[in-house]
Amino acid sequence: MKVLMRGNEAMAEAAIRAGCRCYFCYPITPQGELVEYMARHLPRHGGVFLQAESEVAAINMVYGASAAGVRTMTSSSSPGISLKMEGISYLAGARLPAVIINVMRAGPGLGNIAPAQGDYFQATKGGGHGDYRLIVLAPSTVQEAAELVMLAFDLSDRYRVPAMILADGMLGQMMEPVELPAPIPPEKIPPKPWALTGAKGRAPNVASSFDLDPYRFREILRALWQTYREIEKNEVRWEEYETEDAELVLVAYGTMGRICRTVVRQARKEGLPVGLFRPITLWPFPYEPLRKLAERVPVLLTVELSSGQMWEDVRLSVEGRAKTPFYGELGGVVPTPQEILSEVKKYVR
Amino acid sequence: MSVNVQIPAGYVPVYTRPRSLSEARFTYCPGCHHGIITRLVAEAIDELGIQERTVGVAPVGCAVFLYEFFRCDFAQAAHGRACAVATGIKRANPELIVFTYQGDGDLAAIGTAETVHAANRGENITVIFVNNQVYGMTGGEMAPTTLPGMRTVTTPEGRDVRATGYPLRMSEMLAQLDGPAYITRQAVFDVRHVQMAQKAIIKAFQNQLEGKGFSLVEIVAACPTNLHLPPAEANRWVVEQALKYFPLGDLKVRD
Repeated sequence: MKVLMRGNEAMAEAAIRAGCRCYFCYPITPQGELVEYMARHLPRHGGVFLQAESEVAAINMVYGASAAGVRTMTSSSSPGISLKMEGISYLAGARLPAVIINVMRAGPGLGNIAPAQGDYFQATKGGGHGDYRLIVLAPSTVQEAAELVMLAFDLSDRYRVPAMILADGMLGQMMEPVELPAPIPPEKIPPKPWALTGAKGRAPNVASSFDLDPYRFREILRALWQTYREIEKNEVRWEEYETEDAELVLVAYGTMGRICRTVVRQARKEGLPVGLFRPITLWPFPYEPLRKLAERVPVLLTVELSSGQMWEDVRLSVEGRAKTPFYGELGGVVPTPQEILSEVKKYVR
Repeated sequence: MSVNVQIPAGYVPVYTRPRSLSEARFTYCPGCHHGIITRLVAEAIDELGIQERTVGVAPVGCAVFLYEFFRCDFAQAAHGRACAVATGIKRANPELIVFTYQGDGDLAAIGTAETVHAANRGENITVIFVNNQVYGMTGGEMAPTTLPGMRTVTTPEGRDVRATGYPLRMSEMLAQLDGPAYITRQAVFDVRHVQMAQKAIIKAFQNQLEGKGFSLVEIVAACPTNLHLPPAEANRWVVEQALKYFPLGDLKVRD
């Protein structure tokens, strides 16, 4: 059964269905509905909803709840995510699973509350200090947002790596019919023998990212990087649309990916051979599939709501095999399909 | 590193390592009050028989290795965030007995917000607050609790209150709130005060077992290394200088 839901609400409901039982937050626009939905619904499922004194406190509460073995989440928007970065680095270092939703707005600084994609670097290249990665999933519809939240909990638990949903203000605010995924029964969530449950009949468990011995710490990080390699091998996700005969392929994610799908349809109506490559996992980035595409498509036009952040990964994939122009909008301005189509027509006729 | 003491035949041990402590050696400096306080916490856990359901939250600072000293599950928190981490653990699993152990820089500077708000929520956790008026581990910098005129590496001419403010009396601040159940200030510079501190720590854990809410035991402690004083003189310094600013006693007791 499909229900009409706002992106923020669908992500909240999906989290509850994924078994999230501890949610910690601090108010910020444009993700307010997510917080409100959790406040109304999570306690009814026996979960903990707690509005913290800051984003810093909220992410550290996530750290505690995750260490205690519970599926846990926090959500925020760009400036708030900056504040969470310390805690995210500690989660990554302590190998604690957690889901973080970033409903991006325009930055830097206070910026504004319009949709943007300026946090790509922060999400995929670090953001917090140290040698770590986040699993980063970028939905482009409300339906996909709900599904990727469920997936984020599963992947984060499986690999013990925090996962981020990189959405934006448009996706958070828009309403669409959505077929909600079935709830995961608690017994289907794999046990966590590493969790802090009290050292009864076993040696103590410790959740820590600290080791003063560089050689020992190196081994911990080597194991972490081994996990990252596994994730890169198993979890790369992307979508291709009308790429078979394309002479120009738009590369875009999230809200921009959705708009570019409209661009492809309009271009095809006009007889232009245009396709879309939409990364779903931003980390791990679909380098190989994009490289293969570049071997037969002469132009890969990256379109972002930023000055060109994912663009760097596109160029890294293509390595000169195709032209890689860029089209971006800034400050929370969302380009129309027509504007993008005009850009497309500079390269194909 | 472990220390195993063989007890000769015919001898009866009257003073042994608490069961809740591991075999690991403390990393504290000679004469440091942390060693006494860490032991008191372990004794309280033994006394109440809660070792198998206790989860500690270790700070950043001199007690950073706390998780190695205890035979309990432990979370290592980011600097200042221990009360938020403890909140997450306790809310996720209220059956656990959760305590934090924090220094003055951790609890009263970088972690002020987390501490005040955990206290204000009446979070059902136990907080051990070691106030030695200095950042010990990083090399003896000024702490929020450094006394006026006290020399540290970042106040080489002594703390000038016109430039850096006054020692923060965290326990007095917290005692104003409606949330906390128990706020007390203790010391461990002599046997009588060690015994009083021990009672306070047990009470702070007992409160949690009874669901009474946020309990904090501040302990005015000596850091002989950064005071550049021998341990006995450092103890005297606590009595003659520190206690003037940080008077001992219960600041809030909710029955």
